[in-house]
Amino acid sequence: MNLEIAQLRLPLSAFALEVDARLGARITGVFGASGSGKTSLLEVIAGLRRPAAGRIVLDDAVLSDATRGAFLAAERRQIGYVPQDDALFPHLNVRQNLCYSHLADKKGHRPEITYEHVVHVLDIAGLSERRVASLSGGERQRVAFGRAVLASPRLLLLDEPLAGLDAELKQRVIPYLLTMRDEFGIPMLYVSHNADEIVALCDDVLLLERGRCVRRGTCAELFAVSDAPHYVLKPT
Amino acid sequence: MSIDSWQVAWFTAWVAAAGTLLILAPGVALGWLLARKEWRGKILVETVVALPLVMPPVATGLILLKLFGRRGVLGRWFESVLGVDIVFTWRAVMIATAVMSFPLLVRTARLALEGVNPRYEQVARTLGAGPWRVFWTITLPMAARGLVAGTVLAFARALGEFGATIMVAGFIPGRTATLSLSIYHLVQLNRDNQAWGLLAISVTLAFGALWLSEVLLRRKPAP
Repeated sequence: MNLEIAQLRLPLSAFALEVDARLGARITGVFGASGSGKTSLLEVIAGLRRPAAGRIVLDDAVLSDATRGAFLAAERRQIGYVPQDDALFPHLNVRQNLCYSHLADKKGHRPEITYEHVVHVLDIAGLSERRVASLSGGERQRVAFGRAVLASPRLLLLDEPLAGLDAELKQRVIPYLLTMRDEFGIPMLYVSHNADEIVALCDDVLLLERGRCVRRGTCAELFAVSDAPHYVLKPT
Repeated sequence: MSIDSWQVAWFTAWVAAAGTLLILAPGVALGWLLARKEWRGKILVETVVALPLVMPPVATGLILLKLFGRRGVLGRWFESVLGVDIVFTWRAVMIATAVMSFPLLVRTARLALEGVNPRYEQVARTLGAGPWRVFWTITLPMAARGLVAGTVLAFARALGEFGATIMVAGFIPGRTATLSLSIYHLVQLNRDNQAWGLLAISVTLAFGALWLSEVLLRRKPAP
């Protein structure tokens, strides 16, 4: 995966998101405090918001190019998105949620990513007929991951997917994300303000502050053990 | 002049249903545009749509009479192109009830659609669903209770329509006589007993429709 974000600019209420980066890691972390523009960056990449300037290219596909007025609609980008609140469709059961993308469009679906394989990897096979309102927090997140993976995305955007879970549950869900990465080979952009999650999952990290990428590096370069096993950002 | 109470009740119910059906698609579409999109002239459209709620119904009826009369812009078109008269027919009753119910339907549709978190629609789009598919599979089912309640409310409003209807359709027994027009007519003739009978039917229909609307709005979705 090669994601090129060139001279991207999106005005927000308090500042402008301005990012210029080329990403290629299996899981890239986007780290920053709340309100630093992390979610806006994911929304722009997913095609849910239109940038004022700049260019985004995923592998050979131009997703948006403000100078040429090009903007590929979200439904044609093949970019999965799991928001913080999981957004499972409450009127559909688990199986219907998982199969939503298959009903929408079968084009571009990778044959090796099957329903059976995904529910097995995420350990959600027994939930298929359940209503989403009856699921626990960890189950909801795993169903949300499975739903996104079943669309065979070329890139998966995860927006603080563990923020609503307690520490113990997070530790149980993180291995599923690593297994997803290894089993399906889908590159991910993982947004979080939690250093421990970033270190546990990511190969490469962008640090966002007020919409700007102020630092970039590996987890070892950016984070240090504080009160083991917790990590903090190293001072510049 | 004798009035067949059940014929009047039946006519009122079906013409109110037809009027509601007539505005259902445009009402939901306009509610969606108001709930989800920002566009120039939005406030003007909102104001114009709400006008029948606050204008005297007879004034709305007069406008309809001028528009759909034989010399009116729309009346001439209907007569020359489709070969049908509008005013003083059941069609005029249907149009009057539709126009008077339209603001209620649009407002409830807008509220119901605004109640659907756009995040669900955004996620559906990232799963490959285009705008129409998102609307039919996510927005509409999630707003369904509110939309059905709004439709029932619009139907209830149509059942009781009087002012605009009397202007554009008049009171013609067997042709344009609705429950409210007939009650007024019977009271004018001091035939209160028969008016009470129609009143009972009218209250029953309106109560049933409003009760259904309330039940739909309050009911929690299944877990």
